[in-house]
Amino acid sequence: MKISIVYNVFMRDFRKQRKRIILTLVAIMWGTMSIMLLLAFGEGLKQQLTKGSRGMGEGIVVVWGGQTSIPHAGFGKGRRINLHEEDIAYLRKSVPQMIHIAGEYIRWGVSIRYGNNILSERINGVYPEYREMRVMYPQFGGRMINQNDMDQKRRVAFIGDKLKDRLFGAEDPVGKMFYIQDLPFTVVGVLKHKIQTNSYQGMDEDVIVIPATTFVTIFGDPYLDNLVYQLHPEDDSKAVEKNVYAAMGAKYKFHPDDEQALGLWDTVEGEKMEHQFLLGIQIFLGIIGALTLLIAAVGVANIMYVSVKERTREIGIKMAIGARRIYIIAQFLMEALGITFLGGFFGILITYIITEIFKRIEIQSEIFNFMGKPTVSLDIGLIVALILGFMGFISGIFPAMRAASVNPVEALRYE
Amino acid sequence: MIKMRNIRKLYNTGTVQFEALRGISLEIAGNEYIAIVGPSGSGKSTLMNLLGCLDKPTTGEYHLSDKLVNEMTSNELAEIRNKEVGFVFQAFNLLPYASAFENVELPLLFSGVPGKIRRRRVEALLKRVGLSDKMENKPTEMSGGEMQRTAIARALANNPQLILADEPTGNLDTKSGGGIIKIFDELHEAGHTVILITHDMNIANHCHRIIRLKDGLIDNGNGSGASQSDATSK
Repeated sequence: MKISIVYNVFMRDFRKQRKRIILTLVAIMWGTMSIMLLLAFGEGLKQQLTKGSRGMGEGIVVVWGGQTSIPHAGFGKGRRINLHEEDIAYLRKSVPQMIHIAGEYIRWGVSIRYGNNILSERINGVYPEYREMRVMYPQFGGRMINQNDMDQKRRVAFIGDKLKDRLFGAEDPVGKMFYIQDLPFTVVGVLKHKIQTNSYQGMDEDVIVIPATTFVTIFGDPYLDNLVYQLHPEDDSKAVEKNVYAAMGAKYKFHPDDEQALGLWDTVEGEKMEHQFLLGIQIFLGIIGALTLLIAAVGVANIMYVSVKERTREIGIKMAIGARRIYIIAQFLMEALGITFLGGFFGILITYIITEIFKRIEIQSEIFNFMGKPTVSLDIGLIVALILGFMGFISGIFPAMRAASVNPVEALRYE
Repeated sequence: MIKMRNIRKLYNTGTVQFEALRGISLEIAGNEYIAIVGPSGSGKSTLMNLLGCLDKPTTGEYHLSDKLVNEMTSNELAEIRNKEVGFVFQAFNLLPYASAFENVELPLLFSGVPGKIRRRRVEALLKRVGLSDKMENKPTEMSGGEMQRTAIARALANNPQLILADEPTGNLDTKSGGGIIKIFDELHEAGHTVILITHDMNIANHCHRIIRLKDGLIDNGNGSGASQSDATSK
């Protein structure tokens, strides 16, 4: 019963204040758009960067041989540590948290030829696990290196999409032959385009990948250039790292705390830090947006105070005929909340329309490749709605309480 | 119905202290027709505000229908103003942007009367004051007399026993004023207690009793001030 009283009185008073209320609505709408767009761009950036950093693979750790710096087990320091094929099986057994582990051979400046096209490129000898670990998925019509290729030491190659453009132009290379150091290789697949922001020896889009066994046959490398293993993103990568050093230290007789004995790049840790950083950016953008909305809310409060002052006499009349303080408070509070939510609604609607437009436009731009497109999520919508509610309440409650504290006798005398 | 004992009202505006009422005691029975008269600054409006529970006395006791007003909360006072007292002001005090209908409806909105019943009641009230054809008119579209009649209809919305009118004809010409006083006569005949503040001795003499105020006290002619007013009954 009480709510309907407030609603009835509110609707009647609204008619009088239309113009003023509409102007304030526009301010709230603008403030809401600001915060939502900033949060949406932050979300888009986060999603794009996360996609980009996972372009190399999720939860990847890269290990390479180093030099000892601590004398241990009778050996001096400065001893070179090299990685061998058998380390793969050894670590797989010693460190069970690894989802995958594989080895990698690398050689730069290898001459490759197709027709009249001669290039000098990087060749990687890898294991089939790279398909999942390092996100090397083939385009439709092709495939990645498999176990059969390994077992039979086939002369097959999986090439990056940019490299394909440079070597084969517009031709479909799958099934075609090209030459690596005058040896014929057949292309079995082309890398499916991916966004990659991390790399450790060059971008995958430029790579030529052949079976590790074939690589050793051709180039005769006795040691692996890298070991790459994959963890769950939630795993404690630091603990696993300790285990790797312990296991390898036991095998190669270096001190388990000798960090220089092996080189190690932990993208899990890196991704966690990046996540924190992106969260920080999102919070920062959110604060800026909230401050913009706060200005609009100050506008609402200002309008409400003016309104209370102008309607002092009217408040006095209402009190004289029996309005309780709570009705007066509720009336002004409802006005403030009504303006805030109505303006907020339009702000959210326009933001949604803008983000939908962005989604549909194909913008070929480095900036958008990096930043991603503004993304509105339910979380963002809820956060903004909560902030709006809070702002509306704050901007309304103080003027409302001021209104209700009016002395009816003085108010009736007010001109 | 109304009992006041030694009522004092002090206004404190920071630097200035002003005692508007300096010890008023009076009794008003139900269905009386009373005029409150006195020079400017004698405390008439202050007394009216206290009678109508718009304000509380600084000291003294005020009993309205056996309830002690001094100790009431602001919600209880609002309830009294809504249901037991009807106010009519010199300046009409209608909501300027609302129609006659909406103005009269307002006390019913605050007492939570449902829509259909509200509508019937408002129509009956406006008919009673002769404004059935002005229901949708705003105050700017009415004459002074029509506005005051609307205000009277509003005062009667919840059928209060006590009607208080502060210079109800002060802003009206003689003819309109006469029409208004006639309505108060009818209200008195219908059983309401009617108390008017007026400068006009014709109207004062028209009422059944006159309470004279002077310098914040009741002036009973011999200067003592604390006892009952003189009864000039009809």
